[in-house]
Amino acid sequence: MGIEEKIPDSIILTSLDKMVNWARKRSMWPLGFGLACCAIEMISTFSPHFDLARYGMEVMRPSPRQADLMIVAGRVSMKMAPVVKTLYEQMPNPKWVISMGACASCGGVFNNYAILQGVDRIIPVDIFVPGCPPRPEQLMDGILKLQEKLEKESLKDERTEWGRKTV
Amino acid sequence: MSTESKTITLNMGPQHPSTHGVLRVILELDGETVVKAEPVLGYLHTGIEKTMESKLYYKALPCTDRMDYLAPMSNNLGYSLAVEKLMDIEVPEKVKWARVCLAELTRVNSHLVWLGTHALDIGAMSMLLYTFRDRESIIDVYEACGGQRMMTSYIRIGGLAHDLPVDFDKRVRNIIKQVENGLEDYETLLTNNEIFINRTKDVAVISAEDAINWSLTGPMLRGSGIKHDLRKANPYTGYENFDFEVCVGKKGDAYDRYVLRVEEIRQSLRIMKQALDGMPEGPYLAHVPGVVLPPKEDVLYKMESMIFHFKIITEGFKSPKGAVYQALESPKGEIGFYINSDGTNKPNRVRVRPPSMINLGSLPKLVEGRMFSDVITAIGSIDIVLGEVDR
Ligand code: SF4
Repeated sequence: MGIEEKIPDSIILTSLDKMVNWARKRSMWPLGFGLACCAIEMISTFSPHFDLARYGMEVMRPSPRQADLMIVAGRVSMKMAPVVKTLYEQMPNPKWVISMGACASCGGVFNNYAILQGVDRIIPVDIFVPGCPPRPEQLMDGILKLQEKLEKESLKDERTEWGRKTV
Repeated sequence: MSTESKTITLNMGPQHPSTHGVLRVILELDGETVVKAEPVLGYLHTGIEKTMESKLYYKALPCTDRMDYLAPMSNNLGYSLAVEKLMDIEVPEKVKWARVCLAELTRVNSHLVWLGTHALDIGAMSMLLYTFRDRESIIDVYEACGGQRMMTSYIRIGGLAHDLPVDFDKRVRNIIKQVENGLEDYETLLTNNEIFINRTKDVAVISAEDAINWSLTGPMLRGSGIKHDLRKANPYTGYENFDFEVCVGKKGDAYDRYVLRVEEIRQSLRIMKQALDGMPEGPYLAHVPGVVLPPKEDVLYKMESMIFHFKIITEGFKSPKGAVYQALESPKGEIGFYINSDGTNKPNRVRVRPPSMINLGSLPKLVEGRMFSDVITAIGSIDIVLGEVDR
């Protein structure tokens, strides 16, 4: 019909959005950063039995400057909260956050003075993974859901720093 | 040109891959030499002790899992033993044997994670993959027992949450075989590995005298050549019936502690075998109406059990006034539970003696005057779990 008929097979037409999202989706680098018990399950997810490398996400980066996904794995104490926030701010855009486990999502069993009742009070969270600790399959599911979500994003969208409620 | 030497202050952590969580160490360096090291704690302070004080005795149990999350069953056991001591509950024989088996399984679990992460810190990347492979089978047994992979809360006050799974014996025997084979792999990879030896021999040394003065326990103490193990020195839950050796190191360096922990895994496997061979038949819960939850099967079919179950869950039980302390040998050292009771259904004060926190206190001693890169080895070889350090 249109121009597609004229061009050879080796050329694919797509939108810029799709291409960028495709690339972003397959090369998301998590920040290597564990807080508590959930971090051990996160390591299990990277270990041979569950093998997260299948989804192209096994490259843990110890430095926030090189990471685009923050997995908040564990309870965030009041003392740790400013550190988590700083780490998030140090990550370059675009960036995503998965809150792993009951503690990170809502304080979990620890409804007390020491634990931040949900990390979404200080940073915007894209995916909440329930469980105490979530099974590795659950974390993987969360990551896949994030990839789905990412596919719907557009370059035109403005990713505001504070998409969510802050304190 | 000035000749005076200047030191720089370096902040390590709390987000650092080698601090096993959120430990922060402030280092003062003179070139590559550490002049001063100061651990800063509290980045994972969870208020667990305080939370336990606001819960009924039963409901405080799940908090203990979340302290030393690499050895959840040891913590459950410690707390349960303490409450049993307070309430004067005698548990059935089978429970004792099952508890020994599970506690040793937990020791293997904890040591495997330690081995993997410690080797990873030092640069032996592949160890983690092997140890997590073997750990996964242990986690499967946890799941079969308590229905959860890590936070099982399986050891309860007065017994176990359910009876042991039907294929418990077979599964654990498989694990024993698997870990025995695995140990050969690990030792081939590490014991004579030039790089590993260079990075751990004569590094992070602590003398026997210092170890005692710093009240270190567990492998940190035994690594310096002191034969002290609570399983022998003050047997609990029937350890006196088991035949095993307390391994000790000589020099108290990181390499000695590595050899020691690997040997401890062997001894644990030995104890597990004995526990499986001698596991008696019988009930999995003590029969103390009103204090120990009735077995789940009865709750569904018997009126009285149902009433007791309901009463214990909603009201708890009244404890006698007094205080108890129960210590046991966790994979990290002596973990102690102190419970002070004022006669109500909630503990008045719970205090945990955290082995890895007290062991961590020796960090400045281990690294001061040494090279900067030894700090990583020292932190790794202490075997800390931040959940327990900060609680
Ligand atoms: S959600 Fe559970 S496992 Fe995760 S950090 Fe909290 S207590 Fe630990």
